[in-house]
Amino acid sequence: MLARRIIPCLDCDLGVPGGRVVKGIEFKQIRYAGIPWELAGKYYQEGADEIVFLDITASHERRETMVDVIKKTSESVFVPLSVGGGIRSVDEATDAFHAGADKVTVNTAALKRPELISEIADRYGRQAVVVAIDAKRRPGREEGRVVIEAPDGPCWFECSFYGGREFTGIDAIDWACRAERLGAGEILLTSMDRDGTYDGFDIPLTGAVSSRVKIPVIASGGCASPEHMLEVFQKTSASAALAASIFHFGEWQIGEIKRYLRENGVNVRL
Amino acid sequence: MIAIVDYGMGNLFSIYNAMQKVEAAPRIVQQPEELENVDGIVIPGVGAFGKCMERLSRFECALGRALEDGVPMLGICIGLQVLFERSEESPGAKGLGWIRGEVVKLPEGVMIPQMGWNSLTIERQVPILEGINDGDMFYFVHSYYGVPEDRTLIAATTEHGVKVTAAVAKDNLSATQFHPEKSGEKGLLILKNFVRSVRC
Repeated sequence: MLARRIIPCLDCDLGVPGGRVVKGIEFKQIRYAGIPWELAGKYYQEGADEIVFLDITASHERRETMVDVIKKTSESVFVPLSVGGGIRSVDEATDAFHAGADKVTVNTAALKRPELISEIADRYGRQAVVVAIDAKRRPGREEGRVVIEAPDGPCWFECSFYGGREFTGIDAIDWACRAERLGAGEILLTSMDRDGTYDGFDIPLTGAVSSRVKIPVIASGGCASPEHMLEVFQKTSASAALAASIFHFGEWQIGEIKRYLRENGVNVRL
Repeated sequence: MIAIVDYGMGNLFSIYNAMQKVEAAPRIVQQPEELENVDGIVIPGVGAFGKCMERLSRFECALGRALEDGVPMLGICIGLQVLFERSEESPGAKGLGWIRGEVVKLPEGVMIPQMGWNSLTIERQVPILEGINDGDMFYFVHSYYGVPEDRTLIAATTEHGVKVTAAVAKDNLSATQFHPEKSGEKGLLILKNFVRSVRC
């Protein structure tokens, strides 16, 4: 049986030489956490099942820095590496794969031009394409939306792009299903309402998406404790849980969380 | 010297880096002639069976000679599947046929591709699995799996809807369906075992 995965996420500011891992709160405030490849190496040693790098600057000239970060990381980290942030074309994905990435994560560019998902999947296989979705809760019922009956009332979810700065009007749950049909191998699902809040994963959102697609869903946003991870694995069929701050600022080690999950009946790799 | 066969299917960085990590002094080889006098050979690969065989065919003679000469070989992922005679993925395409049997699709109802960490059941103790225990987890990414006619060639299996061949071994030939180069320290141990078989 496949294990549930624990994935640390490194949001990288590549505006400084060598890059820095940063952490935003509700997509706004920023705090520095360390050097990307050093943190990746530490998390690998602690038992991370995979590592995600997101280039939050995502400007063209900084892509070279990301290539360096991946090259350096892949010399000493032997778990799958996923890279995202500003990837707009198959050529840009190719750069990431050639640097040693196993998967690329696409978000804004795929919302603007959904064929990008198929193009990368055709060339590198669907397992190499992760579609990241930043979902914002919209209370109430609306015609043509996938409405979820959350404990605090009905709502739907809207996709955001440009790193949470703009909204698309696109239904996030619907988009996840469409991304799967287009060839996505995984969905990285971030709750914008929970991201950086330490309130735990958005269970209704994660449950709604993971029950509608067959591909793995990575839950993201709001994780502050092993209990939050346990909750998302017990209440939804998410394949993986992604977190950042909880690891960066020394609150929990990955190994501790995995042992806790195993003790509570979750199949994880120890 | 251990050769990593580059037949143009996917990036070889990960396997190259992992082999370096286990001090194997690997070399990426793009021409069949370069396979003469190597001490060991790694056959990696991603993509579809037919496409892989198409690209691998120019190496077929050189690889066949090395196999007969007893050079230790390690197939990884599609590098395991091409050892078989044929695959449901690409009807009509001919595999290397070093292992009799075929490659079949994972059953309906399970996640395809199988992608993620799954645990091994050791079916037979073979050199590349030394130090690996039942329940140790490895990273898999695949939609098809090999079914050898001679089931005793299976060294390890994993569960994904059915019992799936995870490793095979036959004389100087070993192969894993999972990616040892992406499977953390346990994966590196398998590569280390392979390197040791090359050296002794």
